[in-house]
Amino acid sequence: MPAPFMRSLYTERGSQILLGVLIAAAILVPVLNLAVPADSALHLSTYTVTLLGKYLCYALLAIAVDLVWGYCGILSLGHTAFFALGGYAMGMYLMRQIGTRGVYGDPLLPDFMVFLNWSELPWYWHGFDRFAFALLMVVLAPGLLAWVLGWFAFRSRVTGVYLSIITQALTFALMLAFFRNEMGFGGNNGLTDFKELLGFDLQSDATRIGLFLTTAFTLGGAYLACRAITASRAGRVIRAIRDAEDRARFIGYRVESYKLWLWTFSAVLAGIAGALYVPQVGIINPGEFAPINAIEIVIWVAVGGRGTLYGAVLGALVVNYAKTWFTGAFPEVWLYALGALFVLVTLFLPQGIVGLLARLRKSA
Amino acid sequence: MKRPAVLETFADRERVFDFVARGSRAPRLDVSHNVILYLEDITVAFDGFRALNQLTLYVDAGELRCIIGPNGAGKTTMMDVITGKTRPDAGSAWFGQSIDLLQLDEPEIAAAGIGRKFQKPTVFTEHTVFENLELAMAGDKRVWRILFARRTPAQTERIESVLETIGLTDQREARAGSLSHGQKQWLEIGMLLMQDPQLLLVDEPVAGMTPQETERTAELLLGLAGRHSVVVVEHDMAFVRSIARKVTVLHEGSVLAEGSLDEVQNNPRVVEVYLGE
Repeated sequence: MPAPFMRSLYTERGSQILLGVLIAAAILVPVLNLAVPADSALHLSTYTVTLLGKYLCYALLAIAVDLVWGYCGILSLGHTAFFALGGYAMGMYLMRQIGTRGVYGDPLLPDFMVFLNWSELPWYWHGFDRFAFALLMVVLAPGLLAWVLGWFAFRSRVTGVYLSIITQALTFALMLAFFRNEMGFGGNNGLTDFKELLGFDLQSDATRIGLFLTTAFTLGGAYLACRAITASRAGRVIRAIRDAEDRARFIGYRVESYKLWLWTFSAVLAGIAGALYVPQVGIINPGEFAPINAIEIVIWVAVGGRGTLYGAVLGALVVNYAKTWFTGAFPEVWLYALGALFVLVTLFLPQGIVGLLARLRKSA
Repeated sequence: MKRPAVLETFADRERVFDFVARGSRAPRLDVSHNVILYLEDITVAFDGFRALNQLTLYVDAGELRCIIGPNGAGKTTMMDVITGKTRPDAGSAWFGQSIDLLQLDEPEIAAAGIGRKFQKPTVFTEHTVFENLELAMAGDKRVWRILFARRTPAQTERIESVLETIGLTDQREARAGSLSHGQKQWLEIGMLLMQDPQLLLVDEPVAGMTPQETERTAELLLGLAGRHSVVVVEHDMAFVRSIARKVTVLHEGSVLAEGSLDEVQNNPRVVEVYLGE
């Protein structure tokens, strides 16, 4: 590992806090859920564990967006597409695991295919009965899509708002496609009614804890990987491209390669986040492709503070906690609150919460 | 049996196909005829307006050349053509005898040994002065190499020596965005030096500088000539007088006159263009 990367971990408060909290959560959450009796005040319900796991998936997605937006200036409004593709790849594996336990009891075909009177499994559903293949697809499907889109867009030097619009159109087009029953992904109902993952019952507390821990460790690993990239010389090149693209090109950097590489990596992270999300929430449907979700991710990152990675995690947690609370207490108000939050942050907190904290510490 | 015509073309053993030549690194710079830059009959038209009109210009190896001309004469467009930003509609551009600039894109041209300073000082504002120079350092700039790149002591030394040359040693850890206008210009020249180019293109280096800064910049550029070929585009006549040995006057996209500054200034056509209308 390059030395600057290690140095950044020793000196950066945000990194230390984030990793500390993740480790603490990985120890405390299982103990509070499994070891503390259910009638104790300290007991953590399985519902809460799953909710926390979901937040961590969002945090991973936020890191992926921050990596391209905060560090390279690529404002993606299409990361939901990569997230949902990763989710669908995992969902297809989970569907195949149902086997004869479905409503129609068909050993091969998922329920929705039987319902549509399909007689055989579409070719692209083959292989998903194996977990390793599904994992490969979790990485390949979003990665390949991002690579192809990026290859065309960055080569043609599409930047700024035009690129954002293209990514938005991409996720919208995929949403419409996945809504169609003929696509073979369950239409507007999506994939659901999952039973087990690798033989573990998805409803059991232990499996929920296992999924939470996997998500926490993946988030930690992804954070370290992103930190290693941003602390390397390539990370400095990426920020240089963000600040003065032409200058970078004229001193000899192939700007499109750097963008393509970072963009694809970011899409893969989003896909992994989706794959971790689906078994925890128990469903994946085309609604996950909705462009509005992509804009929400951007708001998480902006609220937390972009270009820091840990700010993205903080933003995802804070905004999603607020969302859970608001949609419970005042469901009609949530979208207005979200909009107001974005406007306020853009106007008064250009560096997000992280920037605000840094300013408070300086002045204190 | 007679071979089909398609096969016939592939059987031509002397021919180097485009797809073979493409992607290969540019050949080595060859200046054995002592000319580093050949621009011949370059024409660039934007919507019918001819920014460059059959421009023909040669720059000798090791020369410091000043290019002057009224606004819209095509100076910046000429630099765009040389660095690969703009493709000409006609003409040829060669770097030495062996490198056809029109076949290369910006990073390839930079790697071949042409550095460019923009009119508006362009540095990486969020990076430190030291990091700016490090990023500009010559070497393999592909993603994987750069991701795992470590600075060697020799490279650090090189950066230090450039810091000294451009007079920014005390600012090495300062954010480039916090530098004064003149310091940014020098940093950008320093970044060119780090690239170790054979040919430097410098667009209006003293625009907006104080007289002291201008003088310092003149020294800097004079120090570079000889080891590098330098092409300077400038409006400031006093500055041109202080550095130029040979001056080219551009007007309406082609060369109007060429020679020493005195010859050029006494050329009736130049006088007409500058004072005429």
